[in-house]
Amino acid sequence: MAAYIIRRFLLLPLILFGISLIVFGMIQSLGSDRLLAAYVNPGLLDKLTPNQLEKIKEKYGLKDPMVVRYAKWLKNTLTGDLGWSVVGKEPVKNAILNRLPWTVELALYSIIPVVFVGVWLGIVAAVNRDKFVDHFVRIFAVVGWSFPDFVFGLIVLMIFYSMLGWFPPGNLSFWADVVVKSPEFKRFTSLVTIDALLNGRFDIFVDALQHMVAPILTLSWLWWAYLLRITRSSMLEVLTKEYIRTARAKGLAENVVIHKHARKNAMIPVITVGGGMVIQLFAGTVIVEMVFNRTGMGSFTAVAATQLDYASIMASTLFYSLILVIGNLVIDILYAAVDPRIRFS
Amino acid sequence: MRTETKRIIKRLLRNPSAVLGFSLLIFFTLVAIFAPIICPPQSYNPYMIPIATWDKTPQPPTAEHPFGIIDGRDIFYGVVWGTRTAFKVGLIVTLVSTLIGLLIGSVAGYFGGWLDEVLMRITDIFLSIPYILAAIVVTAFLGMGLNKVMISLIMFGWMATARLIRGNILQVREEQYVLAARALGVNDYLVILRHVLPNTIFPVIIQATMRIGSLVITAAALSFLGLGAPIGYADWGSLLNFARNWLLGSSGEAFKYWYAIVYPGVAMVLFVLAWNLVGDALRDVFDPRLRG
Repeated sequence: MAAYIIRRFLLLPLILFGISLIVFGMIQSLGSDRLLAAYVNPGLLDKLTPNQLEKIKEKYGLKDPMVVRYAKWLKNTLTGDLGWSVVGKEPVKNAILNRLPWTVELALYSIIPVVFVGVWLGIVAAVNRDKFVDHFVRIFAVVGWSFPDFVFGLIVLMIFYSMLGWFPPGNLSFWADVVVKSPEFKRFTSLVTIDALLNGRFDIFVDALQHMVAPILTLSWLWWAYLLRITRSSMLEVLTKEYIRTARAKGLAENVVIHKHARKNAMIPVITVGGGMVIQLFAGTVIVEMVFNRTGMGSFTAVAATQLDYASIMASTLFYSLILVIGNLVIDILYAAVDPRIRFS
Repeated sequence: MRTETKRIIKRLLRNPSAVLGFSLLIFFTLVAIFAPIICPPQSYNPYMIPIATWDKTPQPPTAEHPFGIIDGRDIFYGVVWGTRTAFKVGLIVTLVSTLIGLLIGSVAGYFGGWLDEVLMRITDIFLSIPYILAAIVVTAFLGMGLNKVMISLIMFGWMATARLIRGNILQVREEQYVLAARALGVNDYLVILRHVLPNTIFPVIIQATMRIGSLVITAAALSFLGLGAPIGYADWGSLLNFARNWLLGSSGEAFKYWYAIVYPGVAMVLFVLAWNLVGDALRDVFDPRLRG
């Protein structure tokens, strides 16, 4: 197992290199004329003579060989210079740092309902196998899994915003936004709910949460369906094991058998799937942030893509991939820590 | 073989969710086939929803426009012709990406060695970019539009098949009948095509069926973001994109634009549900070990 993890660590740079090649290759395939738009005001492009255009291309190194440009880009990226974001109207690095906390906060808060409700539903279904509850939960799982996140998000928006007016779109109400941006509001963690509590502004904490309920519900919905299926089948398998029969034969209460003996063992596949899910949750914020008009990494990436903001696209793709790759590595290590059969093989 | 087929069909018919799945699929297929009769096209490109009115405000359902009007376009027409778009995207992307996965996976699994190592590392790299993100970025670079969406979904959609088929081939490769074929001097490609693939193909077909639903969702999500089908194209995702813009500014006006979300939304959920149910049913029949 140790050898396997070391191998994974060694492959990490190779994979990141591969991803950067894919993204860089795509950008270069656009050709130097379209890349000019990243350096020159598009309105001016038509007015410049071909001669002037050539000069600009030379100035920004657009005529250098591919290898040279890649090396330059790699050097800049590694030193933290990610370029200028057209969409954010600021350096890409700042644009990401300003938006990332919103997305992290959303994803973190989503994990709690997703995991607890999903696992709970799965156990309930497995314990009541083939009874009414089980059928109900399974129908929910199949239908839930078929619901596109943006359709569900729109329905949530329609009910909780248009009809009830409870959970508005966006990140914060206007007044709260003004307070948060004012110098009196100290940023300790850059996660707005925690900062609000540390500043003693309970009203802002509530406002931020109010804006988060609808996106969290949307993000959770899909994964409940998924997680409960995995939990249910894993639990069903464990419940047929000999040691469960032994526990029951000993006369242990059914509650103890299920929660002490069965649940722990049923959690092993759930951890692998659940870990991957947290990463997917992060990617899922792209759509959810767009539906609810939130500022964050996800909507930033989507808008950058629609407006062909190359520097931002490149940086956020690398960023999301980094999360995915490192996240998967962490899951594998956790997996080995939980399951001794893997650790010692 | 005939009794075997009969047994499988019988088993499928006894499973109510499979029957529901297949009925839904048949319904959507009929809608797609008869789209020109249900909604006669009014211009040379039937996939463009005809403009019903120049007033952009959404209008609730009437007898003439049973699903209402959004952005001046008839939602009913969009939903009906959108069925064709959904089939087109789902089937083409699944077919092509599965074939690519089959090719890469079987070459890697059968030949092994450094070729396997290289192909699998490339697979790892493609798997390291989140699917929805990869689809967004590639589509944006290719220049938007439905065909570009399909290309990007194919580019990042083959890896699961490749891994699956490689794993299966590693198992089958050691079987006696493959060793026998090789010992007889049968050409490598023939061994793959005639002996290895037929014995590993069922899981691949099941996996592909189960993927169609999520593919259609992703393609619609791209249209929803404004990267997919052009404005006015009969596509469920773009219809919902119109709806979103109106909904965001509609606090306090309960369910004012419900028809703009419910009709395309329901069409999409049922379409995806149909494929998921059929996928589940096929899995249960061909691979009962995985039954949940």
